[in-house]
Amino acid sequence: MTVSIMNDVSNLPPAPEADSAATISAGPPAQEPAPEADPPAKLLVGAISNLDQKVSIRNLNFYYGDSLALKNVSLPLCAKKVTAFIGPSGCGKSTLLRVLNRMYDLYPKQRAEGEVLLDGVNILRPEQDLNLLRARVGMVFQKPTPFPMSIHDNIAFGLKLYEKLPKSELADRVEAALKRAALWDEVKDKLHASGLSLSGGQQQRLCIARTVALQPEVILLDEPCSALDPISTAKVEETIDELKENYTIAIVTHNMQQAARVSEHTAFMYLGELIEFGITAQVFTSPEKKQTQNYITGRFG
Amino acid sequence: MAIYDARRLRSKFYLGLCYLAVAIGLGWLAIILATLLFEGFRGLSPSVFTQMTPPPGADGGLLNAITGSLIMTTLGVFIGTPLGMLAGTYMAEYGRYSKLTFFVRFINDILLSAPSIVIGLFVYEVMVVRMGHFSALAGAVSLAVIVVPVVVRTTEDMLLLVPDTLREAARALGLPRSIVIGKVAYRAARAGLVTGVILAIARISGETAPLLFTALNNQFFSTNLFAPMSSLPAVIFQFALSPYKEWQHLAWTGALLITMAVLALSITARVLQTQRPAK
Repeated sequence: MTVSIMNDVSNLPPAPEADSAATISAGPPAQEPAPEADPPAKLLVGAISNLDQKVSIRNLNFYYGDSLALKNVSLPLCAKKVTAFIGPSGCGKSTLLRVLNRMYDLYPKQRAEGEVLLDGVNILRPEQDLNLLRARVGMVFQKPTPFPMSIHDNIAFGLKLYEKLPKSELADRVEAALKRAALWDEVKDKLHASGLSLSGGQQQRLCIARTVALQPEVILLDEPCSALDPISTAKVEETIDELKENYTIAIVTHNMQQAARVSEHTAFMYLGELIEFGITAQVFTSPEKKQTQNYITGRFG
Repeated sequence: MAIYDARRLRSKFYLGLCYLAVAIGLGWLAIILATLLFEGFRGLSPSVFTQMTPPPGADGGLLNAITGSLIMTTLGVFIGTPLGMLAGTYMAEYGRYSKLTFFVRFINDILLSAPSIVIGLFVYEVMVVRMGHFSALAGAVSLAVIVVPVVVRTTEDMLLLVPDTLREAARALGLPRSIVIGKVAYRAARAGLVTGVILAIARISGETAPLLFTALNNQFFSTNLFAPMSSLPAVIFQFALSPYKEWQHLAWTGALLITMAVLALSITARVLQTQRPAK
């Protein structure tokens, strides 16, 4: 898919290309877009900029109190694509994700500057309704967090708050969400058992189902597999593969094979800066920056 | 080797001291319980639960005192628990980082260890003096004042034990704060919250001092909240100090009833606390 777009690069309208070329290499200020003469880089920029941008992050700075955790980060999340965020611990990947649904708002002394456009509307503006935003931008966390209630209620709980559904339809929606998260077959006979009775991998897929049930537009996955064994991980990855047909997905991962497997685009971050962003295959096989190469080959991080 | 032997000897000596300390501690408890059981069961009969407290020299029971204790304890818990829960919820959920919470926690800790006689005197001044007479309502209020800090403390502690990841997960679904607290945090902390209330009941069911200043006592059966009311601790206090044999026996029986009730409550609390939230 990406290849065909790359071939179409000549048809691009000039404006968006220039726009997102500036956007993409805005990370290190020294890096001006014009002098980059590397042809693959240009193609790459063109290919991504041609895609529908569900979310565009522009010149984002993030502060924990006085310490700057994200430094002028700009990149898009393309519609119906998986964007992976890789980088060593503490580089700001999770922080970035928590900006996208304004999770940081729960805590004092955390603030973001810049713009995050969701369908062209800045979600960082103060009058943004956070509950509606979070219904549109779902999030799955590192540790599975089933609510202390039955499997069915874990999913129905959020649904019932937004929609008044008759019982049968509610059951259908719960079933659909569980099927989406590849959990249905394992739990269909015990929907009224506690969500806490499931295994770790099942709990994580329950959390994914819970998020999917609300039919968000964007799903943020914050190291969703770090607490899971390889078999559960494979199942979650299958789930992600299915979900990207309908949703825009951002995934933070420490597992580079996972990033390579599930994502179309990859962003490498280091010390709060976006070092490199591009098509996954390209980032992993011929990264533009030395730091990226060092990280993916395991030389640091 | 001499050093090692000396160390072993010292170790044995100190271990012996530890055993001795435990034996002394538990020994007194055992003697107290044994006396209580022996004296209490000697006076225990159906009439304890069916007859009123008698005049000196006559047979009787503790019905008015038992009823009075139940009424005032229940009322005290019903007044104190909502107040404590709401305050504790504010401290753990809404005002976790505010100065007010820090201040309230400090005051609450003082209240938690305030001598109950002071609380009795306070309610005496505020209610009994103004109303012009002792009343069961004043008794219940003074018990409520003891309940509040206990419930505030356990509510805050138990809600703080609920991992923030769970709150974040709920908020990430777009659930408003009130629902996250009511449906997720309370549910996750349920066993602990109930335990707190039970411990508060156990705490007030033996309180004597605040009741002496507020509900006084009543040798007749009364359910009137605006009149003096009898209670087990007050009756024990009065009867145990009296020279009459029958009264002293009833005091022992009353003490046994309270002890058993508190024991049952404590065991319930312990069972609830160790129970996992779900199977």
